[in-house]
Amino acid sequence: MTYHLNPHLYSDDVKQEPTRAGFGRGLKAAGGADKNIVALCADLTDSTQMSIFKAAFPERFIEMGIAEQNLVTVASGLARAGKIPFTSSYAAFSPGRNWEQIRTTIALNDQPVKIIGSHAGVSVGPDGATHQMLEDIALMRVMPNMIVIAPGDSIEAEKATLAIAANGKPSYLRLAREKTPIFSTENAPFEIGKAYVLREGHDISLLGTGTMTYELLVAAKLLEAEGIQAEVVHVPTIKPLDDETILASVQKTGRVLTAEEAQWGDRRTVEREATNATVPGRYV
Amino acid sequence: MSGQLTVKQLEEKANDIRRDIITMLEAAGSGHSAGPLDLTDILTALYFDIMNIDPKRPDWPDRDVFFLSNGHTVPVQYATMAERGYFPVEELKTLRKLGSRLQGHPERTKLPGLENTSGPLGSGLSQAAGYAYSLQYLDHALHRFVYAVTGDGELNEGNIWEAAMFAGKYRLSQLTVFIDRNNIQIDGTTEDVMPLEDLRGKWEAFGWHVQEIDGHNIASIIDAASMARAITNKPSVIIAHTIPGKGVDFMEYDYHWHGGAPGVGVPNHEQAKLALKKLRTLNGRITPGDIE
Repeated sequence: MTYHLNPHLYSDDVKQEPTRAGFGRGLKAAGGADKNIVALCADLTDSTQMSIFKAAFPERFIEMGIAEQNLVTVASGLARAGKIPFTSSYAAFSPGRNWEQIRTTIALNDQPVKIIGSHAGVSVGPDGATHQMLEDIALMRVMPNMIVIAPGDSIEAEKATLAIAANGKPSYLRLAREKTPIFSTENAPFEIGKAYVLREGHDISLLGTGTMTYELLVAAKLLEAEGIQAEVVHVPTIKPLDDETILASVQKTGRVLTAEEAQWGDRRTVEREATNATVPGRYV
Repeated sequence: MSGQLTVKQLEEKANDIRRDIITMLEAAGSGHSAGPLDLTDILTALYFDIMNIDPKRPDWPDRDVFFLSNGHTVPVQYATMAERGYFPVEELKTLRKLGSRLQGHPERTKLPGLENTSGPLGSGLSQAAGYAYSLQYLDHALHRFVYAVTGDGELNEGNIWEAAMFAGKYRLSQLTVFIDRNNIQIDGTTEDVMPLEDLRGKWEAFGWHVQEIDGHNIASIIDAASMARAITNKPSVIIAHTIPGKGVDFMEYDYHWHGGAPGVGVPNHEQAKLALKKLRTLNGRITPGDIE
């Protein structure tokens, strides 16, 4: 399938929006389509953009206060009662503070609770190290039954929100605070578990997840000026990983570079899994 | 199913369940003894009298639900469910075995009739509160009730007090929590490890209706649950004073029987034989012939 990139991708005034804005729109749309969707927030309703859902469906919004352990465990109980709970906070707090509760009552318990971690990554900048959540991908991708998604822009975040609302599984959605360029379009595909080749090349595979994919598209353009044809692969779903698409690219180019706002140890693991020993590639 | 068994019949059922627990633990060779034995009367009352349930339809949409927060006491839940007809009593011998549905801590996805997965302490009360919130505010199912059991040592966990604030704020009146107030935890007595008193005052301050009962008096347990259902503007907590290891005199009150390995925490063969005899004779008060 052809990926529909934003035609204004490389213009100076490319439209920018935070991924959390796409989540806010997506949750409202999901709530309109399914009355079982409920939303819980730990005192960050505007910041996480859950306020859009709250305004539309106040009877299905639950204020939890600053209590992230209770946030996810109450959600587990709601899920047992047949609801599809979305929980939101900053990623540093959820899943940062309540990892064990998520593991026991949502992942092992296999309940379709959605954990929305906003303000993830170094891009939250001035808030400092305590709030720059770099460990969340590593924490969440090792859990049983858990789906992990880091959308690349606000349009994709909206699609991902609708997708996890309907997937019946525990799911983690990683969002960013700052505005980032929109590289996709409404017509671009999004499916849980799929990676997408955004730009073809034969010299090196650039794998990106979350908002880093835009940076790789910029890098590929710069490399092209130097005569290097880079292939850009966008990997919004970190678990389950689309081995097939990633391996096909790496087998073609023989080289891999990955970009994500996460800890080094985690990146190494994903690289190794994606490009296991059968591939004659090397890291750069 | 209220009222189908007399209090005396419920007491006999509790005795059967305690014997199942001893047999299971001996066969498993590890696990926890004191908690399951002291919760037996409460779970017997819940499953055989208080809760509106159907073992043949564990997911019946109109059922009452039970959340075990202190998952390590699950042998009493397994034994009670088996005696109630959820699965064959014979299966109890597979406790903690590889591949068994009856793992050392409860796994909802494995055994129909379990409402939650638990083990790490402190989160079952929140799960029960989430369910109760759904019944009260989203489903408007005022005829259904949510019951939970927590340990007392478990109240050291911060998550418990987050849940207590939440249930108090939203006045989750269909939620009733039994606290197994047996005064022991692994490192010693609760008041030495991390004092809980004034326990009644704490729950009242969080906006709960509080009752204190003898957790081994089945009539009191049933009455307290009725009172809790009648309170329509607050969640209810029932502080159930219990004797750890209840029913087997050499285990009673001794925190070393919280759990562990054969001979130290769970009964070895000789101890199990003696414990079963104690249960059969009500600690020597009657001769076996009286009840055989």
